[in-house]
Amino acid sequence: MQISLTVNGVAVSRRVEPRQSLVDFLRYDLELTGSHVGCEHGVCGACTVRVDGALVRGCLMLAVQADGCRVETIEGVAGTGEVFDLQQAFAQENALQCGFCTPGMLLTAQDLLARKPGASALEIREALSGNYCRCTGYHAIVEAVRTTAEARTKARA
Amino acid sequence: MKPAQFAYHRPASLDEALALVERYGPDGRILAGGQSLVPALNMRLAAPAALIDINRLPGLDRIGLEPEGLVIGALARHEAVESSPLVARHAPLIAQAMPHIGHRAIRTRGTVGGSIALADPAAELPACLVALEAVVRVAGRGTRRDIAARGFFRGIYTTDLAPGEIVTAVVVPGIQPAWRSSFAELARRHGDYALVGLAVHCRVDGGAIGVARLAFCGVGATPVRASRAEAALSGRRPDPGVVEEAGRALDADLDPPGDVHGSPALRRHLARVLLARSIGQIAG
Amino acid sequence: MSRIEKGRSYIGESVVRPQTARLLAGRGVFTDDVALPRMLHVAFVRSPHAHARIASIDSAEARAVAGVAAVVTGEEMTSVCSGWVGTLAHFQGMKSATQRPLAVGKASWQGEPVAAVVAESRAIAEDGASRVRVGWEPLPSVTDPETALDASTPVIHPELGDNLAFKLELSSGDAEAAFKNADVVLTETFTMGRHTGVTLEARAILADFDPSERRLTVYHSFQAPNMMQDILARHLNLPEQDVRVICKDVGGSFGIKVHIYPDEMATCALSVMLGRPVKFTADRLESFVSDIHAREHRVKAELAVKRDGTILGMRVDDLTGIGPYSVYPRTSAVEGNQTIRLAPGVYRFRDYAASLRVVFQNKTPMCQYRAVGHPIAFAVMEAMVDRAARELGLDPVEVRRKNYVTAEMYPHTSQTGYFFERLSHEEVLHKLLEMSDYRALCAERDALRKRGVHRGLGLCAFIELTTPGPAFYGVGGARISSQDGCTIKLEPSGKLTCMTGVTEQGQGTDTMIAQVVASAVGVAVEDVRVLTGDTMVSPYGGGTWASRGAGIGGEAALQTGKTIRGNILKVAAAILQCEPEDLDIRLGKIVDLMTGEVRLDLAELGRVAYFRPDTLPKDFQSELTVTRHYVPRHQGFAFTNGIQLSHVEVDVATGFVRLLKHWCVEDCGRIINPRLVDEQMRGAIVQGIGAALYEHLVYDQQGQLLTGTMMDYLVPMAAEMPEIMVGHVETPTAYAEGGFKGAGEAGTAGAPGAVLNAVNDALAPLGARVTSQPITPELVLRALGAL
Repeated sequence: MQISLTVNGVAVSRRVEPRQSLVDFLRYDLELTGSHVGCEHGVCGACTVRVDGALVRGCLMLAVQADGCRVETIEGVAGTGEVFDLQQAFAQENALQCGFCTPGMLLTAQDLLARKPGASALEIREALSGNYCRCTGYHAIVEAVRTTAEARTKARA
Repeated sequence: MKPAQFAYHRPASLDEALALVERYGPDGRILAGGQSLVPALNMRLAAPAALIDINRLPGLDRIGLEPEGLVIGALARHEAVESSPLVARHAPLIAQAMPHIGHRAIRTRGTVGGSIALADPAAELPACLVALEAVVRVAGRGTRRDIAARGFFRGIYTTDLAPGEIVTAVVVPGIQPAWRSSFAELARRHGDYALVGLAVHCRVDGGAIGVARLAFCGVGATPVRASRAEAALSGRRPDPGVVEEAGRALDADLDPPGDVHGSPALRRHLARVLLARSIGQIAG
Repeated sequence: MSRIEKGRSYIGESVVRPQTARLLAGRGVFTDDVALPRMLHVAFVRSPHAHARIASIDSAEARAVAGVAAVVTGEEMTSVCSGWVGTLAHFQGMKSATQRPLAVGKASWQGEPVAAVVAESRAIAEDGASRVRVGWEPLPSVTDPETALDASTPVIHPELGDNLAFKLELSSGDAEAAFKNADVVLTETFTMGRHTGVTLEARAILADFDPSERRLTVYHSFQAPNMMQDILARHLNLPEQDVRVICKDVGGSFGIKVHIYPDEMATCALSVMLGRPVKFTADRLESFVSDIHAREHRVKAELAVKRDGTILGMRVDDLTGIGPYSVYPRTSAVEGNQTIRLAPGVYRFRDYAASLRVVFQNKTPMCQYRAVGHPIAFAVMEAMVDRAARELGLDPVEVRRKNYVTAEMYPHTSQTGYFFERLSHEEVLHKLLEMSDYRALCAERDALRKRGVHRGLGLCAFIELTTPGPAFYGVGGARISSQDGCTIKLEPSGKLTCMTGVTEQGQGTDTMIAQVVASAVGVAVEDVRVLTGDTMVSPYGGGTWASRGAGIGGEAALQTGKTIRGNILKVAAAILQCEPEDLDIRLGKIVDLMTGEVRLDLAELGRVAYFRPDTLPKDFQSELTVTRHYVPRHQGFAFTNGIQLSHVEVDVATGFVRLLKHWCVEDCGRIINPRLVDEQMRGAIVQGIGAALYEHLVYDQQGQLLTGTMMDYLVPMAAEMPEIMVGHVETPTAYAEGGFKGAGEAGTAGAPGAVLNAVNDALAPLGARVTSQPITPELVLRALGAL
């Protein structure tokens, strides 16, 4: 089936098999390999992307369902500078080690801070509880998101 | 874990969708949020000949008030229900349950209709609907039916939906004054399916439980209305002794299954604890 | 002319890792991200049975699927890839059957690959795999370690005679006498649940065989590329130099990716057979049944103590059920061997007796996973110590102090022959008590108990073996490198390129090496580029495992840095017509040693050395690429030590354990990058917590895995994990100039013991105790008598 969508602001038109997942489409057809596959059953969060502004599991959405949608991946979000401060905080805190969960973590953290700018450490933990990280033990990630939230609050004041 | 091949249809109207559902019968599956169906496809536990994608059907995602009560369209995303002021006001039990459903990225896609039609025994929404004595609206080709929630859930992944029918909405009857609700669940990790969950909807008359509706999830093939426990609480102040009595009565209401996550004894026990805590909180 | 006052050392500095920029932008390149022209994908037909004869394989229907390039069975692969046996000579008496890339004759675990389907896409390969018809004849399964050696239990590999892979008896002093002299003898049996690494990036390999040159290039998510190169060359019958293994970004490994897997060997064999690139990326369901499992042990422990808390002796009996094969090439005996050898090591009592039996099972093969054996050893030891304290009415801190190997006892050899150069048990304990305000927490716990709130505090002291020498694997005949190498090249621009044999999986190897090199040479750390993980480029080395990166890779980098620094100064002296001893290198400039005056910058030196050697003395030769190797020879391991504290609250109505906070004070020698060490501790601790509370690979009696998805196998997620506070003590090793020891596994070594002790501390006033992991609500409630 032919689908047309925008990905990271660029119009894209491709022929896909109905069974192909959105994340596989992004990774193999568009070669945007920043979104990762960790479980293919929606639990680990490595495939998290944005569709029409909403946080979505790329492994649980079919590419054909994204027809006509606006898809954003880590490459696009990183490119616009939207998460620059989060990235800086992650680097400073070493809130990433192998980096495999990181794109999903960044998008999820950004989604949280956009909805709840003053998120507490507990709210941050709960919001990130759908993103599996095996390397960091989460402490540094929570710290990075928390300090970013604080800095954004200060900047708005 | 890539699915087997299937044909894909994206009907533009409810009639078109129903025609496809009828055409494919058991070889077709409805794709709404996909948060449960797609994992099954990926694991090849489901291998339908066709998917009927109903996500673009107009008007099925509406949340609104009607004379019968609060109507939540089948395609309302969990996330929309979670943030809806109408749901908060007219079905607070559902609002309380929503944050327990998976995680944010699941809730942006998962739908109320999908959750209900799947009828997972550990799911939160079916238990809420049973506690609220809600009605499930269903459509087939040329037919419309209203099914009481209690009778809608028949068994594990089994509902009263007849071949060719789909869920179009749920209707939550208006809540009378003095009714309180609480949703609580015990899960190993935030967002997991509950080991045991409890949806309480009850009328509190000056410190006593007037009428109690207790719907458990995770303790049987379907949501379980704990009628004996309800009877034990009815018309009484929920003192520790009364709550304990209700807990004992609960034993007769429940026949929980055992699995890798817990034995029947564990679920029984946790159900009792949840009952005590929920009642304590609601009447306190 | 500017002056640079002093040399800059980066040792001890929390330098931010440069590769974070790439990873944060989504520009990591993991093995599945790599695409090659005409690449094919493989999906495996895996046994649904734990034990079954393969009567027939009919692949006609599979071959007919459009897009399927080949279907290959075990028989067909034997001529291309030879089998292997996972034994080592220094584990005397160890035995294991030949394992093949695809099973031949029978399958011995649920998930064992028996046929391979190669196709244009993974989806099509799976379509093909679903159409392969295997005629199975199920056989009885061996799934209970306790009865694996009974006469009535079927022998999985009849040619071996029985299901015993390895057994070992250790004895030090006179345990029998110690038990006779004891005031109190405590006996306890611990059951540790099988679990696994669950790397977020699943195993992945892309094999590219070029038949025109008969050269094999393999992109591999792996920890030890030279080891893989050696094994591929031998088993595929290719010259070693014609096999190249490249590790791109690795999404977590933890020991899971340091072993030989039949499906990965098969993938390489398929590329040789087809003359095209073949990619295998395990999916999550495959991972659960095929990644190595670990830590299924039943340990019976007995402790002999005097009334004053002195430990007189200990006996340990360890039974562990592995898979049907000992894993190649490191063997599945190491975990049990380390468990019984490590257990008493923190304490000075001499009378110790231990026995180990490693038995075959029809379950997924088991092998080394982060902290190999340590978590079990110290959970057992420390649980017994806490119990002794409780039963004798003594303070658990004082009982430990009383029995520690103390400062004056070093160098010290443990009951089981481990050599400790110098450890710091008392110092780490002291620091932990201070950091956590332990006594205040105890008082608060006691006060809350009166209000029906059940909190517990659990200590776990541990040692950690790191930086292994040749006696670890090499002596047993394994071609696993215990040495490592580092090459540093001065570029004409004056910057340094460094190639190292240790590898990166997220722990910060690149950065750690860059810090050592920058410090040794005298350049800014930003001016050092580190390459890892390419056998054609890196010096021959062992890769990363057993926490060897800093102690071995770091030391090699230090020596190489010092050598190239000397060579640079020789060139500088030749240019400046003075003596090298008069000069220094600081922040990339050649300066006068005494005055700090800048004489030359490295870019200028590079220009002259590479492009204008005509301006240098005729008999002078610049050597600006240097390689040095290092192998630790003076001790078998550079042991580290630490202590952890877990603070929990147990909801005695539901059995749920809430982790309030966790502390760890560790001593890993001279610290290169404190933040990286902290983060290794935290990640490792959470892995240990996973084992303590959540993770369990549950098998039914038929050998079917019941917890093989991310819904059923519970990994720790953010909401349930505590804040983790890390402190440090530094006792550098004198046996290497850098003084570095390893730090990667210490967190996992001590966390399960700390949590177990904390839960038992909370339950003790209620007369309840748990001795199994994972500690589930069901376990707690049963211990309380509530179920």
